[in-house]
Amino acid sequence: MFNKILHGTHLAQHENTAECVPVRMPAPKTVTIPMAMNIGKPAVPVVKPGDTVKIGQLIAEPGGFVSAPIHTGVCGKVKKIDDILMFTGQYSKAIVIECDEVQDQFEEMAPVPVTDLKSFVDAVKASGVIGLGGAGFPTGVKLDVDPEKVDYICVNGAECEPFVTADTRTMMDDYTPLLNTVKLLNKFYSPKKIIIGIEDNKPQCVKKLSALVKEDSELRDAVDVRSLPPLYPQGGEKVLIHNTTGRIVPEGKLPIDVGCIVINTSTCAIISRYITTGMPLVRKYITVDGSAIKNPMNVIAPVGTSIRDIIEFTGGFKSEPGKVVLGGPMMGVTAVSLDAPVVKNTGAVLAFDEKDSKLPEPSACIRCGRCIDTCPANLMPTEIERAYEKRDGAELKKLKVNLCMECGCCSYVCPGKHRLVETNKLAKGVLNAYLAQQKAEAEKKAAKQKEKEENAK
Amino acid sequence: MSQLALGVSPHLRSNRTTQKVMLDVIIALVPALIASVIFFGVGALIRVVISAAFCVFFEWGWEKLMKTPVTVCDLSAVVTGILIAYNVPSGMPVWQLIVGDFCAIIGVKMLFGGLGCNFMNPALVGRIVMMFSFTTSMTSYKYIGTLDALSSATPLGAGTLGWDSFLTLFLGNHAGVLGETSALAILIGGIYLCVRKVIKPIIPLCYLGSLALFSWIFGGSTPILSIFMGGAMLGAWFMATDYVTSPFTNKGKVIFGLGCGFVTAAIRVFGNYAEGVTFAILLMNLFVPYINNGTRSKPLGGVTEK
Repeated sequence: MFNKILHGTHLAQHENTAECVPVRMPAPKTVTIPMAMNIGKPAVPVVKPGDTVKIGQLIAEPGGFVSAPIHTGVCGKVKKIDDILMFTGQYSKAIVIECDEVQDQFEEMAPVPVTDLKSFVDAVKASGVIGLGGAGFPTGVKLDVDPEKVDYICVNGAECEPFVTADTRTMMDDYTPLLNTVKLLNKFYSPKKIIIGIEDNKPQCVKKLSALVKEDSELRDAVDVRSLPPLYPQGGEKVLIHNTTGRIVPEGKLPIDVGCIVINTSTCAIISRYITTGMPLVRKYITVDGSAIKNPMNVIAPVGTSIRDIIEFTGGFKSEPGKVVLGGPMMGVTAVSLDAPVVKNTGAVLAFDEKDSKLPEPSACIRCGRCIDTCPANLMPTEIERAYEKRDGAELKKLKVNLCMECGCCSYVCPGKHRLVETNKLAKGVLNAYLAQQKAEAEKKAAKQKEKEENAK
Repeated sequence: MSQLALGVSPHLRSNRTTQKVMLDVIIALVPALIASVIFFGVGALIRVVISAAFCVFFEWGWEKLMKTPVTVCDLSAVVTGILIAYNVPSGMPVWQLIVGDFCAIIGVKMLFGGLGCNFMNPALVGRIVMMFSFTTSMTSYKYIGTLDALSSATPLGAGTLGWDSFLTLFLGNHAGVLGETSALAILIGGIYLCVRKVIKPIIPLCYLGSLALFSWIFGGSTPILSIFMGGAMLGAWFMATDYVTSPFTNKGKVIFGLGCGFVTAAIRVFGNYAEGVTFAILLMNLFVPYINNGTRSKPLGGVTEK
């Protein structure tokens, strides 16, 4: 049958909010919707300052092929379109909307007719959905493939990051839209199997979805609800593909090259909601948790709400926050400011108190090999670190640092508290510089050769 | 509000630190210490404490002298000190023991860059130095315990033994060096290390397995007895498994363990020395960089260029 499960790490789960049904947050005073939320080209605004917009209305068009449209999740007036500081520390053009007292939905919103693959893909593209697992790749672009190529569709319900329970709540509360999308995927792509992968530390989700699939004649044979070991990073795209289908995505290739599509559970739920009601991706389930948060809970917040507004809605801080992380604690990004907005693929806002914000100081590497044992990609972080310290591009190429998915397992387990993920990120830069240099040298050589040949003539 | 901290993920870290790892090793060495005090008296305890203290002192002194950060809190020097003391007989003059500590900590560890940079096991180098410098005191084994003891100087020196002496070797109530005699006590410590996931049992099992096999092939001694004799148990569980001087990958660990067993058996049977554990592990330590290079893990989905 399938190969053994890839390596990983057992993490303390901290899933304090797994039972918290998401609470809808009222529209804040203003929202700031950045244009650069997805991988690829940023969106282009189609509204101008002074325009009135309503919930669900299109405010920005895709800026290229790999891009996604943006809709507003609030009703109000466009105040300005300006560059703003994102939580990542980068600047992006953003539409600032001042919210009205009364929140009306856009009148032109209507169910989207989906009859064939093309209309389905167009609907997904128009819904503005991007990979909600964290990567932020426009889902419509991912699904725009030849169905012949698709053998497996993996629905990612692994949600392996500690603290985060937004997908868990999707599976528990929004199972109908989720399974509706699964039905559409089955109809239009007819894969060998659709596998819903869920970590078995969420037995309630496994039970619920298994029961629902069993009851449904359309899904019974097509869908397999697979319980996976709670071994971080089970929800990593390559890890999920390997552990559910046994296939390995080769270096430099995409999942579709091995006949797989991975789609997040929350993404599925939003696609179906768009098709049945016309409501695009404008709100997000966001887990608010961490040692500095007074009331950990799940909220439904409009995209573009500031981190501060979300935390204030939940009841504010328990203690002075030392660090605020958007996303899970293993791969999330530290926010530079509380005024930065949350984006489409923000699954969690975690605030840690001063004590939990400090990372331990690194000490000597004792060569214990724990980082090697835990790496899901079978890399050797300690060797990569040595090669990086020597800025040895050739060695880094051999060690395949480019395959590091930055899941954080190595840094987590290291008894010497080395910042191995940080090193790997920097090492990728060294590797790229080395490869560029190699390429330039090869070109130079080829040019010389050509010159020689011409001279000979 | 103060500035928010920024940093690269992950923002969680495990509780395991180098200090805790070393503390686990020290705890695992306690059963052997208890056995040693029972068999050799309080002198054993005194030597262990002095050795550990001097190892810490040498590391601290070197770091002060070199004006580098003091790292004695990681407890690795304590482990080295205890292991050195475990390698000497109960009557060893303390000053000679301290010379061994000095060579181990300064000569092998600190001169090469401290923890994680030594290419050989410091405790074993300490043992070798003492072995050649103070051969007489290193080989005058005494047994002062109250349990029935074997009459021979050391079981290993006496050569092949009958099955009746198995229990003596296993419990350790015979003459020998402080920490090596009781296979049972070492085994308890080794199992503790495995349960706490400080070490994997691969190296000890491969080591002892290949030692038994090659002892039998070379016709040295009964396979089962060979692994309970001399320093094989202590070496396999506590010396060969030293992180810094053993390979990373499971495949590498197998090669390393098998190699250690082979060399130990060869020295015991064909060599001039009765004991081969020290030399075997040190020899294999030298191969570790090559074993590591030869047994690299294969990256998932990695494409090798032709």
